Amino acid sequence: MPKDSGIGASSKRREDLRFLTGEGRYTDDINLAGQAYVYFLRSDMAHARINRIDTSTAENMPGVLRVFTGADFEAVGGIPCGWQVTDRQGNPMQEPAHPVLARGKARHVGDPIAAVVAETYAQARNAAEAIEMDLDELPAVVDMKAALADDAPKVHDELDGNLCYDWGWIEDNKAATDAAFEAAAHVTTLELVNQRLVANPMEPRVAVGDYAKHSDESTLYTTSQNPHVIRLLMGAFVLGIPEHKLRVVAPDVGGGFGSKIFHYAEEAFCTFAAKQLRRPVKWTSTRSEAFISDAHGRDHVTRIELALDAENNFTAIRTETYANMGAYLSTFAPSVPTYLHGILMAGNYKTPNIYVNVKAVFTNTVPVDAYRGAGRPEATFQLERVIDKAARELGVDPVELRRQNFITEFPYATPVAVEYDTGDYNATMDKLLEMIDRDGFEARRAESARNGKLRGLGVNCYIEACGIAPSALVGQLGARAGLYESATVRVNATGGLVVMTGSHSHGQGHETSFAQVVADMIGIDESMVEIVHGDTANTPMGMGTYGSRSLAVGGSAMVRATEKIINKAKKIAAHLMEASEADIELKEGQFSVAGTDKSVAWGDVTLAAYVPHNYPIEEIEPGLEETAFYDPSNFTYPSGAYACEVEVDPETGKVQILSFAAADDFGNIVNPMIVDGQVHGGVAQGIGQALLEQAVYDENGQLVNASYMDYTMPRADDVPFYRVDHSCVTPCTHNPLGVKGCGEAGAIGSPPSVVNAVVDALQRAGHTHVTHIDMPLSPSRVWQAMQG
Amino acid sequence: MYNFDFARPGSIDEAATALQGEEAQALGGGQTLIPTMKQRLAAPATLVSLTGIPEMQGVCLDDDGRVCIGGATPHAVVEAEAAAHFPALAALAGRIGDPAVRNRGTIGGSLANNDPSACYPAAVLGTGATIKTNTRDIAADDFFEGMFTTALHEGEIITEVRFPVPEAANYQKFVQPASRFALVGVFVAKYADGVRVAVTGASEDGVFRWSEAEAALSADFSADAIADLSVPADDMISDLHGSGAYRAHLVGVMTRRAVSAAT
Repeated sequence: MPKDSGIGASSKRREDLRFLTGEGRYTDDINLAGQAYVYFLRSDMAHARINRIDTSTAENMPGVLRVFTGADFEAVGGIPCGWQVTDRQGNPMQEPAHPVLARGKARHVGDPIAAVVAETYAQARNAAEAIEMDLDELPAVVDMKAALADDAPKVHDELDGNLCYDWGWIEDNKAATDAAFEAAAHVTTLELVNQRLVANPMEPRVAVGDYAKHSDESTLYTTSQNPHVIRLLMGAFVLGIPEHKLRVVAPDVGGGFGSKIFHYAEEAFCTFAAKQLRRPVKWTSTRSEAFISDAHGRDHVTRIELALDAENNFTAIRTETYANMGAYLSTFAPSVPTYLHGILMAGNYKTPNIYVNVKAVFTNTVPVDAYRGAGRPEATFQLERVIDKAARELGVDPVELRRQNFITEFPYATPVAVEYDTGDYNATMDKLLEMIDRDGFEARRAESARNGKLRGLGVNCYIEACGIAPSALVGQLGARAGLYESATVRVNATGGLVVMTGSHSHGQGHETSFAQVVADMIGIDESMVEIVHGDTANTPMGMGTYGSRSLAVGGSAMVRATEKIINKAKKIAAHLMEASEADIELKEGQFSVAGTDKSVAWGDVTLAAYVPHNYPIEEIEPGLEETAFYDPSNFTYPSGAYACEVEVDPETGKVQILSFAAADDFGNIVNPMIVDGQVHGGVAQGIGQALLEQAVYDENGQLVNASYMDYTMPRADDVPFYRVDHSCVTPCTHNPLGVKGCGEAGAIGSPPSVVNAVVDALQRAGHTHVTHIDMPLSPSRVWQAMQG
Repeated sequence: MYNFDFARPGSIDEAATALQGEEAQALGGGQTLIPTMKQRLAAPATLVSLTGIPEMQGVCLDDDGRVCIGGATPHAVVEAEAAAHFPALAALAGRIGDPAVRNRGTIGGSLANNDPSACYPAAVLGTGATIKTNTRDIAADDFFEGMFTTALHEGEIITEVRFPVPEAANYQKFVQPASRFALVGVFVAKYADGVRVAVTGASEDGVFRWSEAEAALSADFSADAIADLSVPADDMISDLHGSGAYRAHLVGVMTRRAVSAAT
């Protein structure tokens, strides 16, 4: 029987009432008294030297308060990068300055050069048109390999070329890996592009800066997935404001998908300008601006090789990837192609030798950073594509080739330095095959053929690493932050609770699922638990939400804090019932003495905590409020098997997805409905990448498709009804809930099965020369592939 | 968007007068013009809305049995009201954009703009319709003069479009995935005196008639009749959504499908 409350119940998302009735409170809903507006004048050239900016006319335009340029920010810091990668030689990556407003050069289309603050947005925009700029257009570098040529124009004049780092993982594996390739019975090679994507959250970015003279306190309201991280980065590294004088609020946020993790120049600008002008300053991104100022995702060019022995066992994997950083290093950009990508290259398979090489490159394009999955989709895609290609070359069943090489014993230490704690890849594959009626495929294919369509089936596995941790390890790997999470549980006198979490919810349903966990632990109704997040003034220092970490890390902190609450409450209950604390049991909101009929209710105990008339005051303090910080001992490793069935129109190349099935192992599940929704959304984004989306730059560095007229987002009729299953459960062994995380799985696991399915369809139709098509598999690309 | 004045005349004469003003611009449903203005790429001094003119609204049949559509009629109205008289035209209107676009965008606005990927130009050229303006009648064959260019004079208003109803017709649209405009759209119409084939979305010169296919289909109205025909790829649009060769190929595919659907 499905549960109707607590852990395991599909409680309806309480936050949806306000979201669906227009009562959500987003950053753009915040309007402060005396608020002014900023318009950013952005470079329309990809690479230009700024000779002179004349703002004199603009400053005298109606409503203008002040015009800022890069010179106004010389006294403050630049936008920092949060992760320093060390290269193959042991040297730190090249790390360029990233000024709030461009100084000396503009380095990508969209780079802000000047900012006008005025009484109204229209006035600010009008004045921006009156700014006279003397710019010299410079040759742009867009292609990564071209950017590494000796004579390539330099994005950053002060750096030694455009190479950010050349990273090897693990360098000590290289010789053995090369030797394994020498000894291989078969080698399959695949060159592919994991294309650049634009995150496109429904809510564009917004920032409102405010300054209170009386308290010398700055406040930033912003569309962020991690307000504490923004407070730390902006306060300590950019503006020099201590945390106790800086509050960052991220209220309801309409989707992030990674793009709202990072600290952006517009946030620092609004905070800075508000103090300068003694006026709140607001910026609301237009969709057009979002295309050229939100961090992009992916953008890898990869060559992967898979070595097999004569029995088709994988013996080695070798990869070389060029990873586009764009023009500046966004907050976590260097970590994405390295510690979120290279360390996952073992996938679900026991390959003894793996060597990953990544060259990160600066180009005159929008910075690239984490986007749903972040590095793990890139790892999964190349691995699952090359395995499919190998199966075809060897004439073996792609499912059986995978099974034969599955890791089956846990814990398993991979050659790329992570240890999978648990998993059962055969179980999810079995479940998947049960869902998709593989035996019936041939009959379905024949039916499609009768209708003039080419049918194909693609299967793949994935593994991801969530809740990147522990802090001590990531510190060694170059992270400039800890990756713990926090929670404060405040119990009120009448028994209700407020949980203040350092996680942030921007669509994930934390307010519902987190409440389920705490209510379940105590045995009270979920409605008695309120989840508070998003405001540094009333939540403990937390690292926010990304990398599917919130339940695994933030939820664990919440469990630890709730355990402290329960332990203290038991002491109070023991005192009230004159019993030994060791005999107190908590069940369904009642404290009882084991083996007796004595009990007190949860509310009696909480009241006693705040009205301590009859209270063990010598032993414990009054009140019932506890904080916990949780630093995981390892990543969590969700895994699964996905399948996609497609029809290809041979005349037009149009791909239609007929069915999509996902069998995931997310460990324990708190809210199955929310998990379903997370998988649905993730798969939709994965299908978007596989079939539709790509940010295209021309050779001059212009983003050719910077609007929805040309950038294809998935629509309802592009995706099928999904079949998802998460009944295969191997609980995480190292966090108290046994959960693994589910937010990114769909986006990680789905692109390879879509592409595998299309290649399968074409192969079965006799297009045997088609071994790969680069994403997105648009009709024209699929048609072109069929032409040979 | 820059500031502008707004006029909403109640008659064609008033509208024509208003459009003689300095930097005046006619506004149909605004589905292209308003986004362009919001990007500050157009800055008319006065917008003259044509949507408040009763005689430019609705669908009717004239004495010759032609379907007459008022110049300011939204696509959704054409979809509903032309269905009984000219189903292929109604179906075309029903696949333009999304519901919001179809309830704002107008046939006159679409034709005056002559976007090379718009659907209506294919129907108008594919039927040999007559474009009636406040000053004259213009034959479809004389109206379209290349991408975003028409025979309309400054300030001239499309008041009505008159479609001769074919014996059989069909419009096949292969959508550009992002905008869902036509990557290639083909309108095929069979009349007693011959077949017309108009192609939108494909050519650098905007909508065009595929005369070779018309001749073949006039002799034998079947998909097989044009199986071996193709249009040259040289003049086709080539962009990130497809090469000229792909578009040229699609012209053949969509034409054959239109013929099959119409028979």
